[in-house]
Amino acid sequence: MTRRTVAELSRSLDRGEFSSLELTQDYLTRIRAHNAQYNAYITVTEELALAQATAADARRARGEHGPLTGIPLAHKDIFCMQDVLTTCGSKMLANFVAPYNATVVERFNAAGAVTLGKTNMDEFAMGSSNETSFFGPVRNPWDPERVPGGSSGGSAAAVAADLCAMATGTDTGGSIRQPAAFCGITGFKPSYGRISRWGMIAFASSLDQAGPICKSAEDAALMMNVMAGPDPRDSTCVETPAPDYMATLNDSLQGLRIGVPKQHLAKGLGAEVEAALQAALKVFESLGATVKEVELPNNHLSVSAYYVIAPAEASANLSRFDGVRYGYRCANPANLEDMYKRTRSEGFGSEVKRRIMVGTYALSAGYYDAYYIKAQQIRRLIKQDFDKAFQDVDVIIGPTTPHTAFKVGEKNDDPVTMYLEDIYTIGVNLAGLPGISIPAGSAVAPNGRSLPIGIQLVGNNFAEARVLNIAHQFQQHTDWHLQQPEV
Amino acid sequence: MSWETVIGLEVHVQLDTRSKLFSGSSTTFGAPPNSQAGVYDLAMPGTLPVLNEEALHMAVKFGLAVDAEIGRRSVFDRKNYFYPDLPKGYQVSQLQFPTVGRGSLQITLDDGSTRTIGITRAHIEEDAGKSLHEDFQGFSGIDLNRAGTALLEIVSEPELRSAREAVAYLKKLHSIIRYLGISDGNMAQGSMRCDANVSVRKLGASAFGTRTEIKNINSFRFVEKAILHEAQRQIDLIEDGGRVIQETRLYDADRDETRSMRSKEVANDYRYFPEPDLLPVVIDEAYIEAVRAELPELPDAKRARFVSQYGLSEYDAGVLASSRAMADFFEDVVRICGDAKLSANWVTGDLQALLNKGDLEIEQSPVSAQRLGALIGRIKDQTISSKIAKTVFEAMLGNEHSVDEIIESQGLKQVTDSGAIEKLVDEVIAANPDQVAQYRAGKDKVFAFFIGQAMKASRGKANPEQLNALLLSKLKG
Repeated sequence: MTRRTVAELSRSLDRGEFSSLELTQDYLTRIRAHNAQYNAYITVTEELALAQATAADARRARGEHGPLTGIPLAHKDIFCMQDVLTTCGSKMLANFVAPYNATVVERFNAAGAVTLGKTNMDEFAMGSSNETSFFGPVRNPWDPERVPGGSSGGSAAAVAADLCAMATGTDTGGSIRQPAAFCGITGFKPSYGRISRWGMIAFASSLDQAGPICKSAEDAALMMNVMAGPDPRDSTCVETPAPDYMATLNDSLQGLRIGVPKQHLAKGLGAEVEAALQAALKVFESLGATVKEVELPNNHLSVSAYYVIAPAEASANLSRFDGVRYGYRCANPANLEDMYKRTRSEGFGSEVKRRIMVGTYALSAGYYDAYYIKAQQIRRLIKQDFDKAFQDVDVIIGPTTPHTAFKVGEKNDDPVTMYLEDIYTIGVNLAGLPGISIPAGSAVAPNGRSLPIGIQLVGNNFAEARVLNIAHQFQQHTDWHLQQPEV
Repeated sequence: MSWETVIGLEVHVQLDTRSKLFSGSSTTFGAPPNSQAGVYDLAMPGTLPVLNEEALHMAVKFGLAVDAEIGRRSVFDRKNYFYPDLPKGYQVSQLQFPTVGRGSLQITLDDGSTRTIGITRAHIEEDAGKSLHEDFQGFSGIDLNRAGTALLEIVSEPELRSAREAVAYLKKLHSIIRYLGISDGNMAQGSMRCDANVSVRKLGASAFGTRTEIKNINSFRFVEKAILHEAQRQIDLIEDGGRVIQETRLYDADRDETRSMRSKEVANDYRYFPEPDLLPVVIDEAYIEAVRAELPELPDAKRARFVSQYGLSEYDAGVLASSRAMADFFEDVVRICGDAKLSANWVTGDLQALLNKGDLEIEQSPVSAQRLGALIGRIKDQTISSKIAKTVFEAMLGNEHSVDEIIESQGLKQVTDSGAIEKLVDEVIAANPDQVAQYRAGKDKVFAFFIGQAMKASRGKANPEQLNALLLSKLKG
């Protein structure tokens, strides 16, 4: 079965091959049939979707539409959506109906996209397997015994199983790119500050970034044209207007200088992933690119620095979940302190509590310099490594993850091993750079299932258009991104 | 044994911005609970702060007014603690890089001497909401209207040496922030709040004693009383062989005493770290100069000018310059009547008494500067005497009649026609032969009787000098 990309669906809608309402009904039918198996959605907004589809058809009839008008999408349940349950994968917010729209939601609404629902995720985006969700683990459509990756696992599984045409995700340490790699789809984390964080529930504010999860680089460009751009409600969102990401997709790769980090090809990288990477590099060379080795000498420190900075910020960001104003509150609190303790003990899952404790510790008097300040220094070194590498190359290409998707429950007892699976993605967040994961091969699981392999393309600061262009050219000459699991 | 009190003040000033420090919610005082709390103020998930530039502008204005260094790159930090009226579980404040650095201000003491008091820093931060403990039957109510209001916390050096100096410092701060128009400084409504760090040491000692912090004192008078009480408590404690422990204390105005708050409050680890949702604020020279150009003439400069330009006493100049509105009113009166001395007397005298009586601010004066100036003008051109002027002043209240209309309609115009005065004098002399005889026999005191009779006959309108001269010559004659 071949994938239906957003670009194709949009052309079909233009040609009147079917209406948005028909397309939406088709997706809703697929969700009804298959969501129970993958647990990709926490909430399905059927009524809203049908109303938006009808409105989109009317818009198209009036000729007031854009490419995404009438295209069904799913939002990661980290984005606040007015009058819709917004849980962030947590018991803490299992009853939380957001009173306002995230900027990302607002922009897709304005573009006329159709919202099918909210997708499952690791609790408060803390996880790499989608197993920390209060709403249960998500299953990988390529092999339901395996995880889809995380934290945007619901969005990735929904796109991979074609339970939506496109989805939003967020990426703090790899939460878009890693699930995209595990699910054989395209996931793009733009530069920090390119997309507004307003309405996106914060995990680690200096690292969080929204981005597209979809079936091709071209679809990512279509989504970026809606998502990216300045927003006065987010002070960390850059004021420079976003370019038209479609305009440069077909630029030639002739003379493109590719850097492959020596450190990414070292111990720990799975053989199948490395083989897929090497094959992909050959494709790029055939398109006129040159490949050289680059150094990211401090990359091995990235996971440690990340697991100080992200929990430190999270420990403050999650303080607001105190049972006072919204969300979960423990039953019959004896007094204020009892309410705080029990609300937070009962409302948060164990991974979230672990990170709050780590972060609180790292910021405590006497430890701040040794942990938080030291981690910030490492962060600067990592950024400098990338700056230096980009003096010689235009794009850095490596594996997205060391291995293909692991089994549900396989790494639950050893958080550090799980954290180390993000070794190639975390540095990109610490440096604030744009990174895309695209399918570039597959491996065969012992049960005979084929498991996708992703490679990561990292661009210089705000070089989103170039990254999308390079990914698109690869996809013009390969078909890994079009392969679809049997659902 | 002689003791010295050492005081440092931390003053929270609510900046008079229209919207909150990091959100667009209104800051109007006294609205129904939680009606002025938007999604950010409620700490809804996903919300982000956007710095109110007006608050920054006001902070820089204050910094320049107290000759402070302006932080070229100020950084907001999160101060973490749990409390129900702190919705995010952290307060956004500035720790290491405040917008306003070292500065100073001058205070004038009762004996007219002045002292310079160092200001350590002033940082921008957001206010918390309010917990309401009444009326909720076992629960507490939370009102987040105030949550997120912009505060400037002004920290002094421990250079104040008495409760009176502390009050003088506070009044000076009050005067400056009102001059700058950055806050109404209303202590009763909490738009200016004071924490006092108090310690005592033997006179002549160089090391500081252990200090206590008295929280949230809400009037000038209570600041004085709380410090006096706390200093005495510490002295008594030490003289009895005890030891002051560093703690936070609350001033109870009803009992006029301070008492210990839970010591837990002191042991908080706030885990400050830079607020990642806000960028560092970079302030350049051009911005500072633009703000400097907007600075009004400040109290010290104004007082000095009033002395040199108008020849006022230091005291009158100080009183008039203590409030910008009062000073402006005074200068308006001078502009109209042309007599600074008379204007100063009227503004600090009769007008001030009238305001005090009605508990009014100068802005609410029942008599405008234009009308008071006109009144003084009529004293100056001798249309009325100073005494009659008081009658006219009374008659000006509660209506908008012009000074001239009142003088005219009530027939209060001074009689300067010497023929008319001579007639009066003749009548008084003719009517009181006994007193004339007494005067002529050398009893000078009787002269006042004749003045009184003649004034009465003129209904107070006779020109006093002319009357004086005529009476004297006629009686002598």
